[in-house]
Amino acid sequence: MALLREEVIYIAGLARLKLSEEEIERYTRQLSDILGYIEQLQELDIENVAPMSHVLDIVNVMREDKALPPLSREAVLANAVEHDGQHFKVLRVIKE
Amino acid sequence: MDWDIVIGLEVHVQLNTKTKAFCACKVSYGDPPNTHVCPVCLGYPGSLPVLNRAVVDSAIKLGLATHCRIREYNTFARKNYFYPDLPKGYQISQYKDPICYEGYVDIAVRGEQKRIGLTRIHIEEDAGKSMHGEDGTLVDLNRCGTPLLEIVSEPDIHAPEEAYTYLNTLKQIVRYTGISDCNMEEGSMRCDANISIKPKGRKALGTRTELKNMNSFRNVERALKYEAERQRKVLESGAAVTQQTLLWDEQSNQTKAMRSKEDSHDYRYFPEPDLSPLRIDDAWIGRIRSSLPELPDARKKRFTELYGLTEEDAALLSSEKEIADYFENSLQTFNNPRLTGNWVKNEILRILSESGKSAAESPVTPAALAGLLQFLHNNTITPQTAKTVLDEMAATGKAAADIIRDKGLEQISDSSELESLIETILKENPAECERYRGGETKLLAFFIGQVMRGTKGKADQTLTRKILEKKLG
Repeated sequence: MALLREEVIYIAGLARLKLSEEEIERYTRQLSDILGYIEQLQELDIENVAPMSHVLDIVNVMREDKALPPLSREAVLANAVEHDGQHFKVLRVIKE
Repeated sequence: MDWDIVIGLEVHVQLNTKTKAFCACKVSYGDPPNTHVCPVCLGYPGSLPVLNRAVVDSAIKLGLATHCRIREYNTFARKNYFYPDLPKGYQISQYKDPICYEGYVDIAVRGEQKRIGLTRIHIEEDAGKSMHGEDGTLVDLNRCGTPLLEIVSEPDIHAPEEAYTYLNTLKQIVRYTGISDCNMEEGSMRCDANISIKPKGRKALGTRTELKNMNSFRNVERALKYEAERQRKVLESGAAVTQQTLLWDEQSNQTKAMRSKEDSHDYRYFPEPDLSPLRIDDAWIGRIRSSLPELPDARKKRFTELYGLTEEDAALLSSEKEIADYFENSLQTFNNPRLTGNWVKNEILRILSESGKSAAESPVTPAALAGLLQFLHNNTITPQTAKTVLDEMAATGKAAADIIRDKGLEQISDSSELESLIETILKENPAECERYRGGETKLLAFFIGQVMRGTKGKADQTLTRKILEKKLG
């Protein structure tokens, strides 16, 4: 299955990636190849196979509703590009 | 032309669990920013979410309370989008297989019962909070990961007023189950609406718009009214309704188009591989079922049948679990449902709203109210005195008996005492006596008023009336 160049640009946009002309071309080819392999799997009869959502055959991994100490605020903000000592600071997000 | 309105509502309820949905950070409201945050909240590589069992309990609880089917085998899904208040880049949610589905809520609209179907209830997590300033946006991740239930109704709502009633009924049910306090102003309950209109009787649905940014039930109703009217004007002018998201603007009472970015909302849902599937067996459901309290509908019905309350009083007294509990606890001490119902409805609710307290923390306990009502019932005090005593009870926490004794508030039912007072009053008001005897019998109320004033409201009304009629007759 061939992927269109426009689709690659769209997907890159959703992933917030800025691609060069050369990259767009390369990824269009590579992603098309990958989809080609997936297409081969379509030949299998999976009528009675339940979709897998987890690699291990386990269910109900849960915890009790008990609080554990959070990170210190210094640690929380340690990797922030910018902060004011209390909040993360990001470029103004225009809402509405 | 006549139009049918078709409305579906999406309600988000924030659960009151101690900790977040997928990590052990405390759920808090109003704490200093970024003080309840861990690597899971931050979406750090290598961190793994683990489901909070209490969140599943809450979801099952609400599902059962709204007659839903509970899904046996559940998975979670990632809903992908970029926004700074969600560092992972995706929200953990449920997609095709919500935990609860095919339920309903019965509402009362203009005296008639109407059933609103529920398509689904699913578990998801909340995002953090962003504050937009001049030179940037500040992000607080305390709320990030807080558990939510999203409740999606069928498009069974056909008027803005029905939407309002549905939301109130749903809120009552949620609060009865105790899984959330449902405060729309504080954001623990949020509502988005879908609305379209179509020519009356036509089957196919019209193009719908989505309404957001309503911060109260009344605003949901107002926004829907406005939008139905707007769509009608568009269609009657021969134009078409555009499918879009609109924001309710409280200031101008209008819906306004959201300046959308590029997004046609392509969330690219896929199964969340970090969480194991969730299997809910009958034993689990049974355990939750037996923990459910009597729900508002059933309680209201019982109040009318068992206590002989009117529909209206029963609805009011059963609207909140705490108020209903208060009422019934008071009956334990003094079983006079009509009298107690009236006093809870009129006086206790007033005291609670004045003191800003809930029924469970009422300054006058249910037993204390019962004590007061006993004095009223056996005519020790007049209704007017009872109100004064109740206010004093609320202010001081003293028992009715003590206040009545200390202040000498017992009703005066000693006829000789009343007779001499009445003699004096008649002597002081000869003109009124004349007019009464001349046929102006409504002046009796004037004389009773004088007696009440002379006794500070303690005179036995029936006896007063009897003596007055005898002496004036």
